[in-house]
Amino acid sequence: MRELCFITVGNAEIHFILLFSRQGKLRLQKWYTTLPDKEKKKIIREIVQIILSRNQKTSSFVDWKDLKLVYKRYASLYFCCAIEDQDNELLTLEVVHRYVELLDRYFGNVCELDIIFNFEKAYFILDEFIIGGEVQETSKKTAVKAIEESDMLQETVEEYMNKPAF
Amino acid sequence: AKYISQCIDEIKQELKQDNIAVKANAVCKLTYLQMLGYDISWAAFNIIEVMSASKFTFKRIGYLAASQCFHEGTDVIMLTTNQIRKDLSSPNQYDTGVALTGLSCFVTPDLARDLANDIMTLMSHTKPYIRKKAVLIMYKVFLKYPESLRPAFPRLKEKLEDPDPGVQSAAVNVICELARRNPKNYLSLAPLFFKLMTSSTNNWVLIKIIKLFGALTPLEPRLGKKLIEPLTNLIHSTSAMSLLYECVNTVIAVLISLSSGMPNHSASIQLCVQKLRILIEDSDQNLKYLGLLAMSKILKTHPKSVQSHKDLILQCLDDKDESIRLRALDLLYGMVSKKNLMEIVKKLMIHVDKAEGTTYRDELLTKIIDICSQSNYQYITNFEWYISILVELTRLEGTRHGHLIAAQMLDVAIRVKAIRRFAVSQMAMLLDNAHLIASNAQRNGICEVLYAAAWICGEFSEHLEEANQTLEAMLRPKVTTLPGHIQAVYVQNMVKLYASILQQKEQAGEKEAAQEITQLMIERLPQFVQSADLEVQERASCILQLIKYIQKLQIKEVPVAEEVIALFAGELNPVAPKAQKKVPVPEGLDLDAWINEPPSDSESEDEKPKTIFHEEEQRHSRHRQPEIDEEELARRREARKQEQANNPFYIKSSPSPQKRYQDTPGVEHIPVVQIDLSVPLKVPGMPMSDQYVKLEEERRHKQKLEKDKKKKKQKKEKRGKHHRHNSLHTESEEDIAPAHHVDIITEEMPENALPSDEDDKDPNDPYKALDIDLDKPLADSEKLPVQRHRNVETLKSPDSEVPLVEKKSKKPKKKEKKHKDKERDKGKKKEKEKKKSSKHKKKKHKKEKEEKSKDKKKSKKKSHHSEEEPPESVQNGTLEDEPLPPMSSYRLLAESPYIKMTYDIQGNLQNDSQVTVSVIFENKSTSFLKSMELNVLDSLNTKMLRPEGSSVHDGIPVPFQLPPGISNEAQFVFTLQSIVMAQKLKGTLSFIVKNDEGSTHEKLDFKLHFSCASYLITTPCYSDAFAKLLESGDLHMSSIKVDGISISFQHLLAKICFHHHFSVVERVDSCASMYSRSIQGHHVCLLVKKGENSVSIDGKCNDSTLLSNLLDEMKETLSKC
Repeated sequence: MRELCFITVGNAEIHFILLFSRQGKLRLQKWYTTLPDKEKKKIIREIVQIILSRNQKTSSFVDWKDLKLVYKRYASLYFCCAIEDQDNELLTLEVVHRYVELLDRYFGNVCELDIIFNFEKAYFILDEFIIGGEVQETSKKTAVKAIEESDMLQETVEEYMNKPAF
Repeated sequence: AKYISQCIDEIKQELKQDNIAVKANAVCKLTYLQMLGYDISWAAFNIIEVMSASKFTFKRIGYLAASQCFHEGTDVIMLTTNQIRKDLSSPNQYDTGVALTGLSCFVTPDLARDLANDIMTLMSHTKPYIRKKAVLIMYKVFLKYPESLRPAFPRLKEKLEDPDPGVQSAAVNVICELARRNPKNYLSLAPLFFKLMTSSTNNWVLIKIIKLFGALTPLEPRLGKKLIEPLTNLIHSTSAMSLLYECVNTVIAVLISLSSGMPNHSASIQLCVQKLRILIEDSDQNLKYLGLLAMSKILKTHPKSVQSHKDLILQCLDDKDESIRLRALDLLYGMVSKKNLMEIVKKLMIHVDKAEGTTYRDELLTKIIDICSQSNYQYITNFEWYISILVELTRLEGTRHGHLIAAQMLDVAIRVKAIRRFAVSQMAMLLDNAHLIASNAQRNGICEVLYAAAWICGEFSEHLEEANQTLEAMLRPKVTTLPGHIQAVYVQNMVKLYASILQQKEQAGEKEAAQEITQLMIERLPQFVQSADLEVQERASCILQLIKYIQKLQIKEVPVAEEVIALFAGELNPVAPKAQKKVPVPEGLDLDAWINEPPSDSESEDEKPKTIFHEEEQRHSRHRQPEIDEEELARRREARKQEQANNPFYIKSSPSPQKRYQDTPGVEHIPVVQIDLSVPLKVPGMPMSDQYVKLEEERRHKQKLEKDKKKKKQKKEKRGKHHRHNSLHTESEEDIAPAHHVDIITEEMPENALPSDEDDKDPNDPYKALDIDLDKPLADSEKLPVQRHRNVETLKSPDSEVPLVEKKSKKPKKKEKKHKDKERDKGKKKEKEKKKSSKHKKKKHKKEKEEKSKDKKKSKKKSHHSEEEPPESVQNGTLEDEPLPPMSSYRLLAESPYIKMTYDIQGNLQNDSQVTVSVIFENKSTSFLKSMELNVLDSLNTKMLRPEGSSVHDGIPVPFQLPPGISNEAQFVFTLQSIVMAQKLKGTLSFIVKNDEGSTHEKLDFKLHFSCASYLITTPCYSDAFAKLLESGDLHMSSIKVDGISISFQHLLAKICFHHHFSVVERVDSCASMYSRSIQGHHVCLLVKKGENSVSIDGKCNDSTLLSNLLDEMKETLSKC
């Protein structure tokens, strides 16, 4: 029954995205389906375990409950997406890759520490790229531009704010 | 944890501060903690605070936190509605963007309902950045608030052709997602998507579209045929693997849905298989995996084309990646045929030996069994081979699937009568070597097979050659170490075995041997009687008594064998698992009725357990009678047989098994005797399955030869006569005759079984809500809740302190504003007066009366005053070249000293039989107006849309109250059938006037005039389309001429446009063509020419009545100029 609930709750192409380190430490989580926190924690624990236990040379796809997990390891970080049965795994891999490229472009040769210390930026980038589980921007340029522009906005506002202080 | 709790305390401190920057920082920290798995729901309110910060920096953090931790259960979420709405309409696109992003994560049904309209507006935002997001959010909104789908869909459809590729792909995304759930509603979009597919170069979009088509084709086979070609082209041309994969998948899906294997499509299947082969051969594990996955889909419909790649798939079994091996196994399952089953299973057996890791080995084991047993053992030609495979499988160490093997053994032995003799001999061997199987504690999973072995040997003991030996094996002391349920089966089947031996001996006249056997039983059985397992103990002691009794009889030299055998007479037949379900309920039997009246609730609780306990005791005592004498048992057995004979649901076996054995000569030739019993560590007789493969090959070869011979003979005989029959002999599957005449008994069903339909759909599917017919015209009731103009003016004059002010207001009407500002000033004055008066109120009643009369005068004055004002709708812009005079489409409906009503009628493009009447109510008095109710006397043609359940005579309450001097707008929907004539409806507004003196009931009658122009909707039209329309010739024509026109042509056109809802198509000097469309789709074309002092209008329209009425209205408007 619980399993069934899980199916019915899902409603997006990508159900969730998790980033975690090789040690199993979660670095980023984004859910496009609503689930109670307890459930989320359980799922995260389960998935991290499944993926970390997999051999490096195996394929990047795991059938998990009624979803498919698509994951890829970049340096010490695992990027993992849960997608629906009919969805295209290769496309999802490309989504993951594109996200990494975006991060890379934004941070300039991204590493795990970048994501730890600027986790909110990582989220913002993700939000620019994927919205509600759907890819919203397929062009790298546009996405990075949007992020940079909103950052500019942020910075000018900050400057503006800081001025009276001096 | 300590550090974290310290941090949280710190954050709590920070949240208490007023500085928003500190707060935002704290929320940011919380977000991080949330990710680490800490509960931060207590800070929800603070998050909202940060969300509503005006600085983007903080707002962004606020929304991020909200999107991470809010969910439908978050109660503060409803507080955000206004904040989000504000952000959505922010001039800064990134404010809007961040709000949309946040919303996508935590949208609730309530939020969806309230914000649907705002988001829909954003779908036509000028910035593609916002459009794109809004489009994607709409999908979330649809899911939460399905009613929004229909009104929003036309706009969504428009976005498919948005100039910005991002927006376009977003729209494609959303529609694809929608269509995947309920494809049938989106079939009408297929041509559009087809165009997109052939023109788009964006792979992301292409994949989505192709996926969508995959969902659509099962509903529209014609589409499938059309698709094949472009898809195969894509497969050929694309270099992107993901696109290739998607195409292949869709082609497969399409071909499956076409099902009728059209000859020209075998080429595309071949292409797919080839491409997949490339994928599988790729070194990339991912591609390999997916290739196998897709292959298995083809397999379902085109097994032949996949079977040719058997080599490749068998190769994959050696892959390092377990998931790939498992996929390959899945494929094998579908690839087997009668021809290659043995070969494939042989390969698998080798893998079983090699496999490391029990899970994979177990998987292999189950797959072997699955493969062999699929569709009723369809592919097994030689069951002896299968039994030996099963026996070989028992060698597996530490498998969990002992019961599976056991079940197969039982199933085969019971259902394939011809195999029983062989099965029994193998099982006897297993029992003989039971110590090998059972000895190892780790192997306890496999000892389940002994259960099957014991049962088969017992049940079919007549086939046993060395029954004595087997019996002895079963009586070994080692047996007592087996699990209880197996021992129980042992005990039971010992008796069966014993019975058959007894009969054998008696028939042979070897009385002593018979007595020896009995003695053996009596000696060995006590070890079971001592068993800790209840079942074993009970059976053993029961049987021990029985055998002791038999011994007595034997000593008296009474022949007992017949009677003992009778204990186990009758044959077991397999019964279909669903048989029980399919037994029809006999008439007159009510399964829901109580058999006994349920115990009444009044019964005290301590009574109940007593009675239950008592009953149980009784039952126990009944059961404790194991010593049932033989006759009794026999009698019962007889009775049961009798019962079975009479029972229609218990189906007796068809022809007796003996007969069948005569025509199964193969059994004798089986080299059972050659088994090397001296090999101690292996269960003997194991490697036999390989022999079968050889045997089988030989047999087939022989068969083939024979057949060929026959054919040749036939050929010789028939040559010259029947050339048609000389078809080439190919070794097709059908040619392989099974080695035995295997009688696979199908599972039984009760004769009058009812056909059952099982596939009931899950009623809780959330997408069902989105199963909405989008092609149906939009009903007004479905309109999104629009923020209506409420208390338009109150915001504009902050100095008037009026209660009940709602802050949401939009675009106040220019003219009204002026007008109402005046009003308000007056109102304010009056209010002051009123305050004064209320101060003095208590002093004198007289004064009050005076005041009242004063009020009345005032209101009279006022009403007078307002009458003097020019009616809003009529403009007198007499001066030329003046900027266009302000115009308002609102006309006066009715006016009284208390209230003034102006109204406007708008057609509804999405619904051809509805118009919306917006009425502005303006309180002109100093009293409070409430409980307003508007009622209209419906005509045949025009009716007011009332909420369901209310009668024609009920009014519709106006959803607000009016404080003095305030105006507000309400909308009412009317349905109409014909729109060619203008309509007038009589109506009444009733309301309660409340002031200091009390409240009075008032009424105001009005006439609602539906002009023909109000059914028109301003629709732009291009000149070429306009010309075509005129040329088409199916339009009626009519014309008017109005003299004495002094206003400029420009003003004139503006007037026609504004009041009659036309748009200018083309204007040349003092001549213009205009166009409009009615809500029911009539085209109306005008040619307006201005002379010196006159205007002539030529009109063309589908409906002549409509046209002449329209022109009359126009004449009236123009004559006022």
